[in-house]
Amino acid sequence: MFWYIIRRLLQGIPVFLGSTFLIFSMVFLVPGNPVLRMFGDRTPSPEQIAALEAKFHLDQPFLVRYFIYLGDVFQGNLGTTYAGQSVNEILARTFPTTLRLALLAVLIQLIVGVLAGLISGLRKGGIFDHAALIVTLLLISIPVFVLAFVAQWFFGIQLGWFRPTVGSGAPWSDLILPAIVLAALNMAYVVRLTRASVIETSQNDFVRMAYGKGLSRRRVIPVHILRNSMIPVTTNLAADFGILIVGATVTEGIFNVPGVGNELFKAINRHDTPEIVSIVTILVIVYVFVNLLIDLLYGVLDPRIRYVK
Amino acid sequence: MSSKNPVRTAPHFVAEVDEGGLGAVDAVRVSDRKSNLWLDAWRDLRGRWMFWVSAVFILFIVFVALFPTVFTQVPPNDGCILTVQNETQAAELGVPVGTVISDHGPLPGHPLGFTRQGCDVFSRIVHGTGTSLSVGLIVTVIVAVMGIALGAFAGYFGGWIDSFLMRIGDIFFAIPYILAAVVIMSMFLADRNILIISLAIGFFAWPSTARILRSEVLRVKQLDYVMASEAIGVSKLRTMFSHVMPNSLAPVIIISTVGLAGAITAEATLSFLGVGLPANIFMSWGNDIAQAQQSLRTAPQVLIYPSIALSFTVLAFILLGETVRDALDPKARATR
Amino acid sequence: MRITRIAAAAGGIALASALVLTGCASDNGGTGGGGSSTGVVSVAWGEPENPLIPANTNEVNGGLVLNNMFAGLVYYKADGSWDLDAAESIESDDYKTWTIKLKEGQTFTDGTPVTSSSFVDAWQWAASDPALLNQWWFIDAIAFEGGTYDGGEDTLALDVVDDLTFTVELAQPRADFPVALGYTVFFPLPESFYDDPEAFGDAPVGNGPYKLSEEGWQHGESLNLVPNDDYSGPRKAENGGLNFKVYGTLDAAYADLVSDNVDVIESVPTNSLSNFKSDLGDRAVEQGSAVFQSFTINYNLEHFADDEEGKLRRAALSHAINREEITSVIFQGTRTPAEEFTSPVIAGFDPGAIEGSDVLTYDPELAKELWAQADAISPWEGTFQLAYNADGDHQSWVDATVNSIKNSLGIDAVGLPYPDFAGLRTEVNDRTIKAAFRTGWQFDFPSQANILGALYVTGSGSNDADYSNENFDTLFREGLAAPTLDEQNEFFNQAQGQLFEDLPAIPLWYGSVTAGYSTLVEDVEYGWDSWPILYQVTKAE
Repeated sequence: MFWYIIRRLLQGIPVFLGSTFLIFSMVFLVPGNPVLRMFGDRTPSPEQIAALEAKFHLDQPFLVRYFIYLGDVFQGNLGTTYAGQSVNEILARTFPTTLRLALLAVLIQLIVGVLAGLISGLRKGGIFDHAALIVTLLLISIPVFVLAFVAQWFFGIQLGWFRPTVGSGAPWSDLILPAIVLAALNMAYVVRLTRASVIETSQNDFVRMAYGKGLSRRRVIPVHILRNSMIPVTTNLAADFGILIVGATVTEGIFNVPGVGNELFKAINRHDTPEIVSIVTILVIVYVFVNLLIDLLYGVLDPRIRYVK
Repeated sequence: MSSKNPVRTAPHFVAEVDEGGLGAVDAVRVSDRKSNLWLDAWRDLRGRWMFWVSAVFILFIVFVALFPTVFTQVPPNDGCILTVQNETQAAELGVPVGTVISDHGPLPGHPLGFTRQGCDVFSRIVHGTGTSLSVGLIVTVIVAVMGIALGAFAGYFGGWIDSFLMRIGDIFFAIPYILAAVVIMSMFLADRNILIISLAIGFFAWPSTARILRSEVLRVKQLDYVMASEAIGVSKLRTMFSHVMPNSLAPVIIISTVGLAGAITAEATLSFLGVGLPANIFMSWGNDIAQAQQSLRTAPQVLIYPSIALSFTVLAFILLGETVRDALDPKARATR
Repeated sequence: MRITRIAAAAGGIALASALVLTGCASDNGGTGGGGSSTGVVSVAWGEPENPLIPANTNEVNGGLVLNNMFAGLVYYKADGSWDLDAAESIESDDYKTWTIKLKEGQTFTDGTPVTSSSFVDAWQWAASDPALLNQWWFIDAIAFEGGTYDGGEDTLALDVVDDLTFTVELAQPRADFPVALGYTVFFPLPESFYDDPEAFGDAPVGNGPYKLSEEGWQHGESLNLVPNDDYSGPRKAENGGLNFKVYGTLDAAYADLVSDNVDVIESVPTNSLSNFKSDLGDRAVEQGSAVFQSFTINYNLEHFADDEEGKLRRAALSHAINREEITSVIFQGTRTPAEEFTSPVIAGFDPGAIEGSDVLTYDPELAKELWAQADAISPWEGTFQLAYNADGDHQSWVDATVNSIKNSLGIDAVGLPYPDFAGLRTEVNDRTIKAAFRTGWQFDFPSQANILGALYVTGSGSNDADYSNENFDTLFREGLAAPTLDEQNEFFNQAQGQLFEDLPAIPLWYGSVTAGYSTLVEDVEYGWDSWPILYQVTKAE
């Protein structure tokens, strides 16, 4: 186990190099000179273009720029945006917010999704089962931005239950609505997985035995059925946590969440290479760790899986 | 487990099973794994109404995509007007000259009303079917091919190949598809088309398929018949293609239908972000939904209709996937 | 100043919460005026794209802050007229050499005096480095010491006469020079700036009506200003301070405005244009602004060369666009159809006096006829494309415009979206773009010379069409040096007559300020430049 973790952590190094290189080349491939954008509709003189390109190393060949960036990173400096802000600071500012949002979304999935899945599983074929299937499937068949707008309009403005956008400091209460929207996207999976798992577990001998011993449903369901059904659900939620950190761009934009996705989108529009590469690389690293956690979770939750090597 | 055990009639090549009362002899209890998965699944599917509803709906959608002009004669992109300008148009639409057509409700010949640009909503939905469906299918193929190939190699060969491919998968998966889309759509600016946008969506979506196939391969390769195959000297590669892969594919087929749904909504999201297909060259539901955001408050019908088309199509594919999943999963079948 | 309002451009995601707010507007009837106005006014704002240094700030957000922290030689009033701020007098006999005298006793907020060197050194510094975004202002306008640009720190022909007097020698005579001096780039800098420009960009020290508060600039969240009690100029702060709040999208800012969470916004998001007046009542603001929008076709594009065919096709396109309809339906009346090449809020606007401006009228019959005449010279094939950047808010009007062209001319016409602004400008700049493209101009200072000089003079920086006409150039230059505004405008109107004949850009419409303020503030006014005039806003605590 220990060596397995060490090995996976060491794999992080080539992943880091590979992803920075890949992302760097991707940003490099986007046509368009970021310098020209800085002047709006005015066209700068060739001298100004040249001077600014030199300032941001845009005149250097691709590999040189890449190594300049890497050199900075190894000194703990993730680069500076064209606006002169430190990327470290931007990440320190935005990352906690995104993390909180993702956490909240996962929590909502855990509570609502698992509960709905449990009821569906226990009353298989009942009205609730069918209703849950249709509602959750409808939720994934709607594009995220439509869902976000409708939620913002209905709950934020018509009903006034939430602030339509996230206020300064991003308090937890403001994050609930965007978290619900994010949670809705994965809800179908959580409900289906829980349901299937509950059905399977319920048929096990130890459950029948528990009932046979005369234990009440109140005790059997949470202790025997639910606990043993959580393996696939937990791993799915862990994976989703990773995805949420990476992919909340649209939702963050609509609800004005000052998070990583929002910042990344602006950086892409600015062609801000150091910022894009740093943000995405951090996301890759986070994702790699989440995946490691998932794999370890498998081992912890299911004793049949062991990591020997 | 329910009271009935899974009992299945084995194929009998000597005589008809019913002949001579041998049926009872042939009826052996078999383990779920060794039965013919596909045939059983089909038998099971035939009896499910959800399968038929979704399949018929999908066939209908495909028909609309192939022959849009059967359903509407109104061009989706030409003759879009913001206001009624002259008597000819006024007579055609049955409203006075000067009426604002942009975001207008239904008029004779235009059952679902007009978009912000004054184009016919119904016609745009019908003509957009092909684009949305093609994007969904092409993405699914790209994801399935890449995911299967890389997942199978990783799972079967294990070791450093496994680690290498899976870490590549981590990288690709963590790259936000908005970044990928901006890069790819910018590079192919002049000839943005369905294939390009499908590539932008699909090229970075394969890792989850690969992960699933890999874990399935890991399970299958422990099974006796794979060991047997290797034991009798069949090459590793050959074993993989003829024994491991076919038996690992079921879950991929299932998640592909969900992925197809995801691709159709992803196309919508890319349009919303401004890196989708150009709206007045390609009709697509995603494009129309993205544009309809502008007038959501004043003309909700412009948003609602393409959303309904998209949701129903996506729902049909997901339901199909659900039923196929149930049919392929012997446990679920047994307990039904 | 850049034309793309950054807030709108950055809001690619923003495009749309078409939803926004019904009936959340509470009506407390304001503060009752008069009384004490010590409240801090909050302003919807975006993170500036550059450090807050006059020589390096060319977008709305940074500009708005600098404008309230610094006092230039002159300042602009709401109607676009100007008056002296830090200067005592600005005089010239020949419009080429200007003598500028400063008011006595002015200080920066760090206590150091504002002297003629504060201006001269700041300008010299700005001119010395081409990596500073506003360097070209000085290089273009002011003559060089010894005749040529040497890139050093004293290359401009500026002379300090005494502590409060300096002279400026211009590259060519300009009667409107004092008008330009109110623009951000000409602000003075204290000596402490040169020690550490980077730190200064994070916490500027100015001489204007406000100074940075203790809290200062919290990146990504807010920037806070308090009144500068030492400022003795004409723009006295009437409130207890300014709180610039960062918003990622216009939609979010608008939602907060309607619920009184922010006091002043710069712009209403497109999707709320149809309802902002009912949401805000008499707190809704709609007025003309110095924004000119057009599309441009480079003369290197096939069928659009500088010849008879190109002229016919440009005129046909112009006649084919129903500006009236697009501004009223797509823009909900928040744009005004263009009547000439400048803007109604700029002095001298008089389309009636310009020959040939009827080429802007919608006339599909005439358009078709002109197009056919051009076809007789060389037949048209293919699709007319109009390029725009998809990260701005342009798709609606571009689609409506190409539809109008398509319906009038009976040719195929489509919008060509570039994913981002940088991509579009790069192809425009490299002259590789193979389509018409959207162009626009937001005036830097209220003078027709600003737009005409930058866009259409032969070889000028932003002449994206590569337009070159000797008659226009001559008329423009004579206009620049004309001693009175009336005479100047006469030349400029003649010059515009030439533009109408050639149509280097096809004028579409003028922008307007569509904005509003909360129930908590009063005396909110927006200037000619679309900026809210913040120092005079009042708010009770």
